Amino acid sequence: METTNIQYTAKDFKSDQYVRWCPGCGDHAVLNSLQKVLADLAIPPHQTAIISGIGCSSRLPYYVTSYGFHTIHGRGAAVATGVKVANPKLSVWQITGDGDCLAIGGNHFIHSVRRNVDINVLLFNNQIYGLTKGQYSPTTKKGFVTKSSPFGTVERPFRPAELTFGARGTFFARFLDVDLKVAQSVMTAAAKHKGTSVIESLVNCIIFNNGAHGWLAEKENRPDRTIVLEHGKPMIFGKERNKGLVLEGMTLKVVTIGEDGVAESDILIHDAHAQDSTIQLKLALMEGPEMPIAMGVIREVEDETYDAAVEAQITEEQAKAKIKTFDELVATCEQWEM
Amino acid sequence: MDTAIVNELDNVVVRFSGDSGDGMQLTGTLFSNLSAILGNEISTFPDFPSEIRAPQGTVGGVSGFQVHLGSSKIYTPGDDADVMVIMNPAALKVNAKSIKRGGVLIFDTDSFEKSDFDKAGFKTENPFAELSISETVQLIPVPLSSLTQKSLEGLGFDNKTVLRSKNMFALGLVCWLFNRPIDKAVSFLEVKFKKKQDLLSANIKVLTDGFNYGSNLHLTLSTFQVDKSTNIDKGTYTSISGNKATAWGLIAAAEKAGLQLFLGGYPITPATDIMQELSLYKNLGVKVVQAEDEIAGITTSLGAAFAGCLAATNTSGPGLALKSEAIGLAVMAELPIVIIDVMRGGPSTGMPTKTEQTDLLQALYGRNGESPVVVMAASTPADCFHFTYMASKIALEYMTPVILLTDAFIGNGTSLWKLPKMAQLPSILPNYTNKDAEKVNVTSRDEVSKVRYWSIPGVEGLGHRNGGLEKDYNTGAISTDALNHAKMVATREEKVNNVANILPDVQVEGDSTAELLVIGWGGTHGHLMSAVTNLNARGEKVALAHFNYINPLPQNTKEIISKYKKVIVCELNSGQFASYLRTKVPGVEYLQFNKVQGQPFTVTELEECFSSLLK
Repeated sequence: METTNIQYTAKDFKSDQYVRWCPGCGDHAVLNSLQKVLADLAIPPHQTAIISGIGCSSRLPYYVTSYGFHTIHGRGAAVATGVKVANPKLSVWQITGDGDCLAIGGNHFIHSVRRNVDINVLLFNNQIYGLTKGQYSPTTKKGFVTKSSPFGTVERPFRPAELTFGARGTFFARFLDVDLKVAQSVMTAAAKHKGTSVIESLVNCIIFNNGAHGWLAEKENRPDRTIVLEHGKPMIFGKERNKGLVLEGMTLKVVTIGEDGVAESDILIHDAHAQDSTIQLKLALMEGPEMPIAMGVIREVEDETYDAAVEAQITEEQAKAKIKTFDELVATCEQWEM
Repeated sequence: MDTAIVNELDNVVVRFSGDSGDGMQLTGTLFSNLSAILGNEISTFPDFPSEIRAPQGTVGGVSGFQVHLGSSKIYTPGDDADVMVIMNPAALKVNAKSIKRGGVLIFDTDSFEKSDFDKAGFKTENPFAELSISETVQLIPVPLSSLTQKSLEGLGFDNKTVLRSKNMFALGLVCWLFNRPIDKAVSFLEVKFKKKQDLLSANIKVLTDGFNYGSNLHLTLSTFQVDKSTNIDKGTYTSISGNKATAWGLIAAAEKAGLQLFLGGYPITPATDIMQELSLYKNLGVKVVQAEDEIAGITTSLGAAFAGCLAATNTSGPGLALKSEAIGLAVMAELPIVIIDVMRGGPSTGMPTKTEQTDLLQALYGRNGESPVVVMAASTPADCFHFTYMASKIALEYMTPVILLTDAFIGNGTSLWKLPKMAQLPSILPNYTNKDAEKVNVTSRDEVSKVRYWSIPGVEGLGHRNGGLEKDYNTGAISTDALNHAKMVATREEKVNNVANILPDVQVEGDSTAELLVIGWGGTHGHLMSAVTNLNARGEKVALAHFNYINPLPQNTKEIISKYKKVIVCELNSGQFASYLRTKVPGVEYLQFNKVQGQPFTVTELEECFSSLLK
């Protein structure tokens, strides 16, 4: 990622294309947050590559001034890998949805995460296929009625965090479309992270799955139903900032500070940098209503990136190579005059 | 009795065959390189077993290597063998049908015991009679194993090393048989075993003893003399396999174009060697991604093309099927990419190690929508270099995907390759966006060639949004306008058709007054040309037009095809090129000669077919 001292504004990243998402779609907010983050980070638009697959969210590259590539269904991760390996200087963003990323593109997703390619994966999870008008997706809750599951789905959904962790992910974060502050802080951290940054963005599909995340999104209840995790800070949440998380045996538990002898010092401190992902995974998989849904950067650990490793191997071999051109290569053939 | 009789021959086919562990590939390679150095033309073909480690001594584990050497132009590794070196009964069983009547069959008597016959599935202890060849070939029994043991006796080698050296005894013997001095073989071995001095000395000792065995024991056998080729284009040569030549073609093209080479691939027989070869050249800056599947092989590559590399992917039929949608994206996004399909027997998994030309229609038409691509085919192991280079040039200069068809036969086979010099290779000038140009967008193009300008990420001011949706001809914005779509479809097709402007004319080889025109394409050139040459030598009026450029076709195609009384299209499929020609050059009666057996043509069957048509 190359940055400059030029002052950019979100406007510098807005293309001349009319944004065609439905009014009220959660994608609008994510787009705005992304443009703001790119401007704040001072990554020049021409050093930014935005790669997408197919689906509502995958239209995003058209709306950002950058080098954009709207590819084919499910393959965004592989295309983005190629772009990053070809030119590691670019800031590469993969825009994808729950169907694009986890159904048709599941294989590319886990492998880009496993390789730790330095790309930022913005996963728009609305738990539905919107562009094809309302079929269930791999993240749709079991039993949910959609056009292709009129009697309710009988499928167990994926949990994107679990897949990311299973693929040895080095970065996982989550935000809610309506929460611009967390969205921007998470995207900023993702951009700075070296490796595959998976950002699950919980977005609302106002037409086919309106309110899927509504119980979280309501401003009034959000503080009680979500917890925004920050590295090095205690896991405290709630309207009164008096609830917290503790470990009881192997299980995370919600406690109230000041009740049953619980003090603030008893609350777990979030360690996003721990290589051991046990607690991070538990945090990422917390489900309501008993537990708050975790937002913010849940895991962020350092490891070598694929693109840097490819580059390093080439640099090393070139430094010691005697053969540097095609003609020199040809000269190494066993050869004879005829 | 002295071996005074010398058979002077224009060309000879030699086949080495034994167990996977018998070192037949090395023996064959050394013998063919040795012959080439002495001035023969050569063409070789390895025949590996499909099982990786089949039980020793069984038919499934037989590995062979055939070389055709000659003093005049050699086009193929040859049909049946004049000389065969057979290391065990299983190898005999596999190869018995491919030895010429009157041919020489040298076999290791030490491996022709009861237990060996059982393993190979013979019912009697006379396999030659069982295969009905005891009367028709010259059998030369040689106790290769025990002679090798004797040769290395007392030199402190373990038994395993001793037995593994018996291929060198066989090589020494064959060198004597062909009047080949062994000093060159020794220098090859010195390179091969540079780091294993003890093995080197063992191999040289056995090789020498094998040679001396032939000359001292006065084998009742006439030797062969194949003179230097005199009609070869003078120059410096090596012997190269098609897959290696393909990889090198990409390297040369990237250097010429001043671009980084990127290959996204996935292991698939028989194309994997291309990816493996390229992964060696980190020193030349080659980036290879071994992807998670065939689709990621091409889509990583397409990402690299978008980012400004010379991008390629290697595959075979099933993989090409998986890449179809991404090729369509490359058509729509007008990005340069080279797709190499080393064809094998299909459909589905088919016969992965066998050769066929059955992917032609898939390459031409196997996509949704109107999606023309450039389709080409290489015809010999060595010219895989040239056609890969040209495929890269066309992809980069015309901003289009190019599918290059090779096949298992030329991919694995080797032929002589005149070493090229970078300075002599044609220029490659991608159609870059002029940085000072006024407003450019993703569909801005040269209005004559219809080639879109290439803007590469990282350059200020040239940002754009590309993708698989239809775009407006003028603004580059996404568009569903009816007439605009029609115009874009026509533009993309016109661009591909314009490639014909830089293609060489298709040449007619053979008798210029021919009545019968043989048409072929791709890897069958050697067999077709041999058949035509042989028939011409007998005064039969036949000629060959062989195609390397298929879409678009060379501009003189119609003119050539229309000239002949009879036209026959020969291909290793059920008639795919013939049906394509019926569409592109209608009004001609195309006869067909087709073979779909996973095997190349034999020159004999072609000659018979063409002769009968001339009667």
